[in-house]
Amino acid sequence: MEEQEKTKVMFLCRKAPYGTIFEQEAIEAMVMFGAYEQDISVTFMDDGVFSLKKGQDPSLLGKKNFSKTYMILKDDFEISHLYVEKESLEERGLTEDDLITEVEILDRGALRKKMDEMKAFIPF
Amino acid sequence: MKLGVLIKDGPYMHQAMDSAYNFITAALEMGQEVEVFLYNDGVYNTCNFMDPPRDERHIANLLAELQTKGVRMVVCVAAGKRRGIVTNTVCSAGEISGLGQLLELCITSDRLVTF
Repeated sequence: MEEQEKTKVMFLCRKAPYGTIFEQEAIEAMVMFGAYEQDISVTFMDDGVFSLKKGQDPSLLGKKNFSKTYMILKDDFEISHLYVEKESLEERGLTEDDLITEVEILDRGALRKKMDEMKAFIPF
Repeated sequence: MKLGVLIKDGPYMHQAMDSAYNFITAALEMGQEVEVFLYNDGVYNTCNFMDPPRDERHIANLLAELQTKGVRMVVCVAAGKRRGIVTNTVCSAGEISGLGQLLELCITSDRLVTF
């Protein structure tokens, strides 16, 4: 069978975690998409960068700690890249050391180039 | 051209479904093919029990109208179950299926447009 070119899809996570269901349902979609052997990447920007912050304990909210999921997504679910927008981190006083998992930090211009390669975006 | 339309907000509170309806209607008039995926609160647009005042637009009926024009409308099963949009509460225009359908839509459509 001829090998088909993989479709490039990027998730855009722009909302802080827990206050809305966006992060949780985004992760559900990432897990599902990861199973289909396409080229799936995830970008955290704006308040979405808070999703990766160390030391989260949402147990008092009756919610799961989703920040631990992203490592698993990359290792076990074939999510190819986790990008973080540099400016979004800086605007919120965060650095790479504040983040829970290894990510690729790109500035707005570099991220824009990555976005140009995408077939589709799933924004949250 | 095949257009994928992703709708992520519920009816009336947000304009997303109304804008999507106008977009889809215009696309169909131009002879384009459209397929819809409803995610997050977007699944509420397919609630079979909505009953707005008679002088207001009826969003579930707008979906039914799109369906008669050949638009497939997939409702995410996981998002639907969370919100009570299931087999016996979804309107006839909505087809409950999985998130895999959204990825399929990313692959098969020429453009994915999110509302």
